Amino acid sequence: MTAPKIISARFDVKDSHKLATYVANGGYGTLKKLFAAKRDDVTEEVKRSGLRGRGGAGFPTGMKWSFIPRNDDKPKYLCVNADEGEPGTFKDRLILERDPHALIEGIVICCYAVGIKTAYIYIRGEYDFPLARLTAAVEEAYREGFLGKNIKGSGVDVDVVIHRGAGAYICGDETGLIESLEGKKGQPRPKPPFPAVVGVFGCPTVVNNVETISALPWIMTHGADAYAAIGTEKSKGTMLFSISGMVENPGVYEEAFGVNLWEFIERATGGVKGGKRLKAVIPGGSSAAILTADEARNTKLDYEALAAAGSMLGSGAIMVLDEDTCIVKALEVVLRFYAHESCGQCPPCREGTYWLYEICHRIREGKGRPEDVDLMLSICPDMMGRTICVLADSAAIPAVSYIKKFRHEFEAYIQRAGAPERHLHPGGVNLESRAL
Amino acid sequence: MAHDHAIVSTGKPFVFNGGNEAAFQNLLTKYPTRRAVVLPALWLAQDQEGHLTVESMEYVAKRLEQSPVSVFAVVEFYTMFKTSPLGKHQIQLCRTLSCVMRGCEDLQGTIERKLGIGPGEKTEDGKFSFELVECLGSCGTAPVMRMDNRYWENLTVEKLERIIDACREGRDPAGEDFNRG
Repeated sequence: MTAPKIISARFDVKDSHKLATYVANGGYGTLKKLFAAKRDDVTEEVKRSGLRGRGGAGFPTGMKWSFIPRNDDKPKYLCVNADEGEPGTFKDRLILERDPHALIEGIVICCYAVGIKTAYIYIRGEYDFPLARLTAAVEEAYREGFLGKNIKGSGVDVDVVIHRGAGAYICGDETGLIESLEGKKGQPRPKPPFPAVVGVFGCPTVVNNVETISALPWIMTHGADAYAAIGTEKSKGTMLFSISGMVENPGVYEEAFGVNLWEFIERATGGVKGGKRLKAVIPGGSSAAILTADEARNTKLDYEALAAAGSMLGSGAIMVLDEDTCIVKALEVVLRFYAHESCGQCPPCREGTYWLYEICHRIREGKGRPEDVDLMLSICPDMMGRTICVLADSAAIPAVSYIKKFRHEFEAYIQRAGAPERHLHPGGVNLESRAL
Repeated sequence: MAHDHAIVSTGKPFVFNGGNEAAFQNLLTKYPTRRAVVLPALWLAQDQEGHLTVESMEYVAKRLEQSPVSVFAVVEFYTMFKTSPLGKHQIQLCRTLSCVMRGCEDLQGTIERKLGIGPGEKTEDGKFSFELVECLGSCGTAPVMRMDNRYWENLTVEKLERIIDACREGRDPAGEDFNRG
């Protein structure tokens, strides 16, 4: 069965970013029905659809909305998380560039359901082109009366403010995002209180990912049952998968949950680049545990199956490593990222990410010590579940999985410590001639 | 997330130009607190002068009724706020996993050889500065760099060399970017 295209349906339509194209393809068609419905019924519909957060955590969207207090005089806010930063993830960018009005319509749906009048879209600072497209789309939506006061005569008001980040991965964490939006360093807050109770500006706040919000118009048009009929019992609907690394055709591909992971990658991308053998797959962004080639061939692509395989679906960012890719180098690069992006407020993260990177770096440089592999493993438990946000876990989880599944590669480096770099890699690959 | 921020004082007072003052006034209506305008106001100040200075940061603090140190702390936290002048063309080469797999380290070598500068440095003529950055969110078109407020995707050594040559010769480098998706 081929999955229907829900998020990517208009990606290849000419001028898909323009309001007229969106409307000509059925866009903004849900609003009349929406404004006639009872607000809580909209939340119920989203709950029944089984839609889960596509930013990485996979939390049920309708349930998140239902945590917002209903009988409260405080203003409520929606923060749309467009701070796409998990390495390997580049799908929200495509929505912003090619279908920004689906996001805007989704924002109106969420705001109506929850009783929100102001939505902030927090977009990462490097996304110049997506920002330009989004800004133009929001202006157009205001002009045509799909945003602002009294949308299409309904009495519903929704304002959208685009807020540009300035280069910090941690602002993709929902409370880091809230702190940053308030004009501070993006250091995550301890929870509770959760954003639904005390969010941005001290008010109840929904934080949802771009892709999550962009699924709402389809769900309101076709109904929760139609959405829930796609995918598996617990992982419902489709997801945009960002596939990168050593495949023939990297890109963003939409697929229903429940397909075989490797068969999907092969079908979508044409398989491993240059006919090389598959070595490993990182299925859910660089913070996910790595899967060996065998594991990738025997795992389904959904939240539960990947959790059962000891990894996670995360943001749907799939990175493919071929036989020439050095695992030690790959881990070094991953750890360098988290060490660089640690916000520094929790010692287990600030110190742990730094030392994991330093040790892995010296192993890869041919300066590893015999005890280094176990030393890295001994650091990881003290980083997991001991910090305000999950950045420390995001470094420890790959470290443990790369070492446990490819320990021989780390040991080979250490055994050859002191040798010229081209002799370090167990496969004898000349590291100078090829990036990894 | 400590970065190298040598804060520059120009000795000249800073004020928003006409367009930015209007943009600033508009921003004040978009948020319930003045503090929330810190990041957008810093963007305006940086766009106006190319980088942030002691004077522009103090100005933003004053306009928003914040302490200068709270604004400095924000600037220090975010990698895209710059406190010293960079090159006319600011090369930001992604160094995260998919870009490494697809050859960004070769591109780093090309930049270093061709421009004679390493990460964090600027050419003497002020035309180029170079930094390595973490994931730009363009892994499907790796390797990628950001320069002149846009992405340059599916880079190869040859394509990068042509882009740099065009910048050097004052031509529009976009002409070299024929396989932009």
